[in-house]
Amino acid sequence: MSQGPGGEAGFPALTGAAAEPFAVRRRRSLPTRASRAIWPYLLVAPAALVIGAVLGYPVYFLVRLSFQQFGLAELVTKKGTWIGFDNFTRLFHDEQFWSVVLRTFVFTAVNVGLTMLFGTLIALLLTRLGRFMRLLLVSGLVLVWATPVVVAVNIFRWMVDFEFGVLNWTLTRLHIGDFLNKDWFVDPTTGFAVITAVIVWGAIPFVAITLYAGLSQVPGELIEAAQIDGARRWQIFRDITFPLLLPIFVILTSLSIIWDFQVFNQVWLMRDGEPEEDYWLMSVYSFVEAFRLGEYGFGAAIAVVMVCLMFGATFVYLRQMIRIGEVR
Amino acid sequence: MSRRRLNRIGINLLGLFVFVVMVFPVYWMVATAFKEGRNILADTPQFFPSPATLSNFDDAIHRPFFWDAIKNSLIVVTAVVGFSLVVGFLAALALAKFRFYGRSAFIVLILGVQMLPLNALIIPLYVQASRVELTNKLTGVIITYLTFVLPFTVWTLRGFMLGIPRELEEAAMVDGSTRFGAFARILLPLVAPGLVATSIFAFIVTWNEFLIAYVFLSSAENQTASVWLAGFTTSRGTEWGPLMASATLIALPVLAFFLLIHRKIAFGLTAGAVRG
Repeated sequence: MSQGPGGEAGFPALTGAAAEPFAVRRRRSLPTRASRAIWPYLLVAPAALVIGAVLGYPVYFLVRLSFQQFGLAELVTKKGTWIGFDNFTRLFHDEQFWSVVLRTFVFTAVNVGLTMLFGTLIALLLTRLGRFMRLLLVSGLVLVWATPVVVAVNIFRWMVDFEFGVLNWTLTRLHIGDFLNKDWFVDPTTGFAVITAVIVWGAIPFVAITLYAGLSQVPGELIEAAQIDGARRWQIFRDITFPLLLPIFVILTSLSIIWDFQVFNQVWLMRDGEPEEDYWLMSVYSFVEAFRLGEYGFGAAIAVVMVCLMFGATFVYLRQMIRIGEVR
Repeated sequence: MSRRRLNRIGINLLGLFVFVVMVFPVYWMVATAFKEGRNILADTPQFFPSPATLSNFDDAIHRPFFWDAIKNSLIVVTAVVGFSLVVGFLAALALAKFRFYGRSAFIVLILGVQMLPLNALIIPLYVQASRVELTNKLTGVIITYLTFVLPFTVWTLRGFMLGIPRELEEAAMVDGSTRFGAFARILLPLVAPGLVATSIFAFIVTWNEFLIAYVFLSSAENQTASVWLAGFTTSRGTEWGPLMASATLIALPVLAFFLLIHRKIAFGLTAGAVRG
């Protein structure tokens, strides 16, 4: 692991005496400085171009669209009309919008919280398992990780099927309540519980495996020393393991916030492409306005607000990433 | 001593319980796919498919557009993997082997792109694609996917290249080989594991993607596998057997590949975070 991506290989220059003449001659035959300086740019250009054109430009375009009247007619004529802040004014006076924003925040908090909680617990569990059990659990996690979203949503829909769902049957048999012939999606709270289950289930493996990889890099001597000093298990976690893992923890949490704040697929697919208004999160609201009602400008305004609200989380993440970038 | 042993057994039992809970949905999909219709719709769930049948799979592969969807997905995956390897390799080479003005800006770009809210960009992406008439064509989807995959590819390959001691290249050049020769004979084989890992990553991301394909590709014969699966007729009285069989078939290649490279992916994202 230590020589994988990001592994440093800072060997001192060891130019043997015998190789010296060749090295000198080579150096003279190298291209001039100016033409050398161009090489890295040529190499980077294709990647930068694709990323700029397909992701950079749309960011700008999204903001521009949000200030435009841009509907189906404009999609054909390929030209929007500038209307200033009208989309935003309309949005902020829309009562529906504020309840969607609130719902999105609560949804994100619950999903990120549960993902990080279970992810961390499973990572800690992995460090204490026997060899065989650990291998088994990791393989299981990887299996879940790989399951495509569309597949996962269909599995969960089948498990909570109101007539023959295996989950309904199990919960009833465990005397948690009468779930036979229960349609989970009639009540948005239970409906969101199913959606949360799919999302958290799918997100746990990434968090657990990444944290476990981090945990296994924590020096064993540190923990032994603490044990000798009489530290309890919880104290060791709080004062040694957690601080060392903090950078990874920050990254995982920020990533989870970003992913969960803009959840779309799970809600959309779970409700068969026609989510009721009680199921609208910000991304769903934006999508419906744009692609169902043909209000691309208004939908873009919603997306812009969504991105701005995510900015806090993004900021933390970026700072962390830049710090890692500088260490290299 | 015996208390410690009990403790260990307890922990491992807990591990087994977590394993069962996590894996059960996937198992349930596969089990349902092999069941006979009357055993799928049973008041008491049948936990093991007996008698097992392949009729659900037979139904799945004979559904309209199933093979079109698989073919389209394969085309998209091949193109994205190919392009991302070439383009990503070049950029990684620049980052690992050259110091140049704007290098750290590019690194920030690469890392920053990973947290762009793609669902927020679907509107401009669609309008932009419809302007240049790339909607309902695989090309538009391919180009878009390329940007999802490139940051990871560049970052991971760069890591592999940093791991190669300069002396190896220098030694090859000293032995009379050109810069390109040194590259082909020394660098390429050493980066090969990275190339494998990143191409499988590209495969998985591309194969699983739903939203872009759903919005871009409107006609049935152009859809990818995940969009096809999402469109599986699912009104009241869904045919769960064929649906689960199709889901199994579509998940299968990804499950297999993911088991091969999961370590590299977890590592690529957080590389150096602990030591940093």
